[in-house]
Amino acid sequence: MNIIRTIRISLRALSRNKMRSFLTALGIIIGVGAVISMISIGQGAKRAVEERFDSMGTNLLFVRPGSRSFRGRHGGGGTYQNLTPDDAKAIEEKADAVRYISPNVSTRAQIIYGNKNWNTSIQGVGAKYPEIRNWEIEEGIFFDEIIVKSGQKVCVLGSEVNENLFEGADPIGQIIRIKKIPFRVIGVLKSRGEAGGWFNRDDMIAIPYTTAQRRLIGRTDRINSIDVSAISMARSMEAVEQIEEILRIRHKIAPGAEDDFNVRNMSEIAEGAAESTKILTILLGGIASVSLLVGGIGIMNIMLVSVTERIREIGIRMSVGAREKDILLQFLAEAIVLSFLGGIIGIGMGVLSSNLISHFAGWQTLVSIDSIALAFLFSGSVGVFFGFYPARKASKLDPIEALRYE
Amino acid sequence: MDNNDLIRIENLTRVYKVGETQVRALSGISYRVQQGDLLAIMGPSGSGKSTLMNIIGCLDKPTEGKYYLEGEEVSTLDKNKLARIRNKKIGFVFQTFNLLSRTTALENTELPLLYSNIPRKKTRDLAYKALSVVGLEGRELHRTNQLSGGEQQRVAIARALVNSPSLLLADEPTGNLDTKTGAEIMDIFKNLNQEKNITIILVTHDPDVSKIAHKKIYLRDGKIIKEERE
Ligand SMILES: Nc1ncnc2c1ncn2[C@@H]1O[C@H](COP(=O)(O)OP(=O)(O)OP(=O)(O)O)[C@@H](O)[C@H]1O
Ligand SMILES: [Mg+2]
Repeated sequence: MNIIRTIRISLRALSRNKMRSFLTALGIIIGVGAVISMISIGQGAKRAVEERFDSMGTNLLFVRPGSRSFRGRHGGGGTYQNLTPDDAKAIEEKADAVRYISPNVSTRAQIIYGNKNWNTSIQGVGAKYPEIRNWEIEEGIFFDEIIVKSGQKVCVLGSEVNENLFEGADPIGQIIRIKKIPFRVIGVLKSRGEAGGWFNRDDMIAIPYTTAQRRLIGRTDRINSIDVSAISMARSMEAVEQIEEILRIRHKIAPGAEDDFNVRNMSEIAEGAAESTKILTILLGGIASVSLLVGGIGIMNIMLVSVTERIREIGIRMSVGAREKDILLQFLAEAIVLSFLGGIIGIGMGVLSSNLISHFAGWQTLVSIDSIALAFLFSGSVGVFFGFYPARKASKLDPIEALRYE
Repeated sequence: MDNNDLIRIENLTRVYKVGETQVRALSGISYRVQQGDLLAIMGPSGSGKSTLMNIIGCLDKPTEGKYYLEGEEVSTLDKNKLARIRNKKIGFVFQTFNLLSRTTALENTELPLLYSNIPRKKTRDLAYKALSVVGLEGRELHRTNQLSGGEQQRVAIARALVNSPSLLLADEPTGNLDTKTGAEIMDIFKNLNQEKNITIILVTHDPDVSKIAHKKIYLRDGKIIKEERE
């Protein structure tokens, strides 16, 4: 018995009952389609996260107070402050794998312009902040080193703040009040376009960190954290080591003792975020696999019904010389052909629906070759697995009884 | 004993178990059939005619006794070997036609060839030829549900002939047909036997039908009660 002949017999048998064949395949079509589109959502989310981190600059390093192990408690640079402007200067001068640094002093404050009020985050930063954060200026300029050194009362607005205070009017040269202190607006940052989400990065105002220290915080010997950009991504680990060495000496940390600061690079943080999208992918894929499984059980169900319905046909085939093996292979081939055809159509549906999802819901989706191969393989094995039992049942029939079956 | 017998059965017994009780459908049948014979099996309902035909047709196995087909003992063969014999040596025609529905006459006729190693191109030719033998030229691509009862039985005969079997079996082939159509079908069997020298075994209730037979056996309660030869 050759395979091509078996497949031909199966195709003929399937085409004799097109509606039933289609309904059987439908379970697989939906299952495979769901797996492909769900995985595409997960993978799309992963890609989106990666792109977001890329846009923040992959060379980015953060220096924060508090040891790594106490990061949870002391992190964020709120209360426990032991980084100084001189630390930042030392890093800038001595670490040759470092390109730019920006000392950071942050606080929240009430802003007033005319009769408008707005509460937002105030970021006291260095002149290289836009370069480090990969952030472009929409209008006006960013403050330079000279302005930072002299601690002038100027500010650059995040796009959201600009919209709320100025509502389309030209903000450049206007005076706004931060904690009642007048600041001159010299620029507006480009929008990062992350409405909603956990942190809206457009809702902020950047001012020179020196100004923030003197005018808003009231002490000049401390900073919250230091943003650093490494020369290149390849040298970012090297930069981390250099910074650690410089700060350990400056903070007089004995060999073997724990650091009172921590340096983290962007890829470390990005990995954490990518990990959570991976869980999302697994979760979505898992839910969709259940529907594929249900589709497989559907195949088994209909194949079983079909065996009962076709007992006479089986008897006829046996009476003209079909062996057990021939009948087994025929029914198995029918199940496999159905699930493969279902798989192919399902892949089409999955690709289509993930495009529709990204079009209408605005989520990024990504259909990978891997997920297609996975779905295809899975649908084939569903056919074998769920087709085997009915096929075996058919092949074990007794020819005389089968012929007599009404 | 003549080793040229096409069929030799010795002391054939078939017992069905139905729950606790046993039904002896055949008890101790011995008989021989030669190449070219046309044998009619007769007898009242329940006498064991179909049971005997099923064993001769290798669809069933005897509980006791021996069955030799072309000198080979087939009563001990396993299912797969019996299937091969059905495929190569036997053509079976049933009272209820037993054709695949929603399938053309041609595809039905081809069916036995799909389970043999004959190349596909040749199966077409053989099926066309068999259909012309039973007088169905031009109807090859009609579906079985578009054919009359007599035509359906002709398709069944063509299917039985397509593998050039040594033995053609027919269990009440005219039982579901009117007298005139039944007579036409019987003519086909007669011609196949006389012109092509095909060995045929028929089960029938009809005394007219049995007139064309050279040999007759009468069964009652699973035993041969009378034998006739021309
Ligand atoms: N599968 C079976 N299980 C149990 N008993 C059976 C079975 N098949 C046949 N029998 C019994 O065996 C006996 C012979 O049956 P068989 O079908 O051979 O008779 P028959 O001569 O062909 O009758 P008819 O002319 O009505 O077709 C009957 O008593 C029948 O009830
Ligand atoms: Mg009978």
